[in-house]
Amino acid sequence: MNIRIKFRKYGPMKFISHLDVMRYFQKVIRRAEIDICFSEGFSPHMIMSFASPLGVGLTSDAEYVDIRVNTAPSSAEAVRRMNETMAEGMDVVSFRLLPENSKNAMSIVAAADYEVRFREGQEPENGWQEKWREFLSRPEICMLKETKKGRQEVDIRPWICDWLVMEDGLFLQVSAGSVHNLKPELLMQAFGTWAGMELPASSLLIHRKEIYADQGTEGKQKLISLEGLGVNLG
Amino acid sequence: MRKLALSDEILMSVEKPARYIGGEVNAVMKEKEGVDIRFAMCFPDVYEIGMSHLGIQILYDMFNQREDIWCERVYSPWTDMDRVLREQKIPLFALESQDPVKDFDFLGITIQYEMCYTNILQVLDLAQIPLKAGERTKEHPFVIGGGPCAYNPEPLADFFDLFYIGEGETQYFHLMDVYKEWKKSGAPREAFLKQAAQVPGIYVPSLYDVEYHEDGTIRSMHPNCPEAPAQVKKQIVMDVTDTFYPKKPVVPYIKATQDRVVLEIQRGCIRGCRFCQAGMLYRPTRERDLSMLKEYAKEMLKNTGYEEISLSSLSSSDYSKLGELVEFLIGECGAKGVNISLPSLRIDAFSLDVMGKVQDVKKSSLTFAPEAGSQRLRNVINKGLTEEVILEGAGQAFEGGWNRVKLYFMLGLPTENEEDMKGIAWLAEKIAERYYDVPKEQRNKKCQIVVSTSFFVPKPFTPFQWAQMCTKEEFLHRAYVVNHEIKEQKNKKSIKYNWHEADVTVLEGILARGDRRIGPAIQRAYEKGCLFDSWSEWFQNERWLEAFAECGTDMDFYTTRERALDEIFPWDFIDIGVSRRFLEKEWKRAHEETVTPNCRQNCSGCGAASFGGGVCYEHQD
Repeated sequence: MNIRIKFRKYGPMKFISHLDVMRYFQKVIRRAEIDICFSEGFSPHMIMSFASPLGVGLTSDAEYVDIRVNTAPSSAEAVRRMNETMAEGMDVVSFRLLPENSKNAMSIVAAADYEVRFREGQEPENGWQEKWREFLSRPEICMLKETKKGRQEVDIRPWICDWLVMEDGLFLQVSAGSVHNLKPELLMQAFGTWAGMELPASSLLIHRKEIYADQGTEGKQKLISLEGLGVNLG
Repeated sequence: MRKLALSDEILMSVEKPARYIGGEVNAVMKEKEGVDIRFAMCFPDVYEIGMSHLGIQILYDMFNQREDIWCERVYSPWTDMDRVLREQKIPLFALESQDPVKDFDFLGITIQYEMCYTNILQVLDLAQIPLKAGERTKEHPFVIGGGPCAYNPEPLADFFDLFYIGEGETQYFHLMDVYKEWKKSGAPREAFLKQAAQVPGIYVPSLYDVEYHEDGTIRSMHPNCPEAPAQVKKQIVMDVTDTFYPKKPVVPYIKATQDRVVLEIQRGCIRGCRFCQAGMLYRPTRERDLSMLKEYAKEMLKNTGYEEISLSSLSSSDYSKLGELVEFLIGECGAKGVNISLPSLRIDAFSLDVMGKVQDVKKSSLTFAPEAGSQRLRNVINKGLTEEVILEGAGQAFEGGWNRVKLYFMLGLPTENEEDMKGIAWLAEKIAERYYDVPKEQRNKKCQIVVSTSFFVPKPFTPFQWAQMCTKEEFLHRAYVVNHEIKEQKNKKSIKYNWHEADVTVLEGILARGDRRIGPAIQRAYEKGCLFDSWSEWFQNERWLEAFAECGTDMDFYTTRERALDEIFPWDFIDIGVSRRFLEKEWKRAHEETVTPNCRQNCSGCGAASFGGGVCYEHQD
């Protein structure tokens, strides 16, 4: 059985790196006595994969890890058992059964929602909202991006699926995953450069709200949250 | 939610911010208003090292079982954080509450090795506590030291208010009760120290005076007040089964050096190697009950989620029910994908069988610690391991599929001659030859023998406490002799040789047998920037040499000098149960190259029987 676990990461836990989150979850699984499957071979490891690493310093309401289990308790029971052994700043939101032969989370990530706010005292100058609208109204937004082939100029405009100016920051829906991955801090950096404003990564409070898969057909995007692809176990 | 002591900007600017945020699984949170005593427990090295230490986990669990005490953890900030705290004058804080250590009642520091002494000063300094105990006021915590180096506390006498001599499980609650009474009374700081000095095992350095002979050796050391005892007796747990042991140790987020459940199966060692301080300090050997170990293994794995469990002791093979314990662990862990690690095993048919079951033979290597290259010198140091046994064990291992062997030796041992040094190379060669005796189709490719030598440092409370230490040049010469001889061997390509740094060994020698007159040099070295001396990338020998020179310390006095049999040592005021008479007899037997049987073969009357238990009373109805 393939299971998708959704969890939150906030508070001091934002300082725990992705690698350590992976190690942490292996221990959570053991503490909660989840009947996880192990790989074959002489040094077996848990069958577990994460959807999308979250950078150190970012918080999230929607982190995902897929596991394979031999047997599973009800979703409510699994969530309860895991949360009983979790430290403050990380908690499991859902534990859902995936359909047979579903693809793993990492391979289907297509987009993610973020909220970007500014650290107290480091807000950009007044009128930034206007500038942002102007910035987004351009047909092309070109920036230098590190790729496997070295630094390349790319147009990131198509990767910005949706956005909203909030009272104290921005809501962004951007491409994520293995095809196009736009990190919000990079987008903000591009905006800052264009607008002639200081927007260093250290001034931003970035919070991931959701991660989506694209279930659309023939080029028409239809985003569904990763959680939405599974069902609760009774 | 917990508020952190440091801003996001600071935490994002340093390596591994998780070192400073606390909040790990099984960390203990309490309401500070609800407790009487706040105890900061410190391991003066970086978080990943400190979090791997069993002793702190035991005491942390023990203290926190009391509702009136909140024990929290503190480690040395790494060099990047050290800089930030200094520049921004942020006081060092404890991980749980994130509150400044200077506001605590106690700062307890475990002193596990000599090379952490400058880190102790760093912790005091960053905590904004005066380095010298004499300069502290009622506003400051009491600073108490413990651990193996507390058995010669004198080099650190200036910096500590008190030392705890022995195992913490025995007298700490007593000491805390004395403290609570004192706190209520409003009496001056000195009053508490005098009361504490009457708690068994507590040493208050300021209550003792030392006089010296003209040649610099000690004439006498005696209490300067009626409250302080002339002798401080080591305190140990006699029932190691019905005692404190953490069922829920704190689990770090970042990978610690010891990233596993640690199950201490026994304390002490029956062997009596003459160089080994732990072997004398922790006498008598005391075994934990098998049923307790089984229960704890299960619960600790469940409560931590670790994927590995390791048995801990000075010599696991001497635990009388090892077979049964290992069998239980294999049954318990196998299905859950939990690994078992078995350090400090003697290599024989039993251990090879067990290791074959619990680990990947192809990846693992075997470790032997003959410590000396010749049988003659092994007799001198009372290491009861013979060449025959080593070759037999290696042979069985090679036939079982192993092809990597690690050999540990010491150079600079008392009476060591050139034959002994070359014997290291010859033994490695014989092991290599034994490997190539195995039929080709049964062995896998080349064998790898890694020979490592450390340099011998005489330690207090060992039969070698009288020994002269080699100079740095002599150490390096001996390593050269070994290296040269290895190059002469037929199978030299299968043998790799590593040797330890000599500078740091000399320093360790000074600190190990130093007296209270070297405190100023330690402080000077710290002020010159010495820190993390046990990390070769941070060790600054030149700064240390300058510090000793500026303080007028004669380094040779502490290292290479010949000590008379009746010399009064700085640590003689401590009674570890093992008598000085026994150590002296062993020192003589070493020169006669006579082996002393282990505690189970025959009692040698070391004095540890005075504790009334352990191996001394086995098989006696």
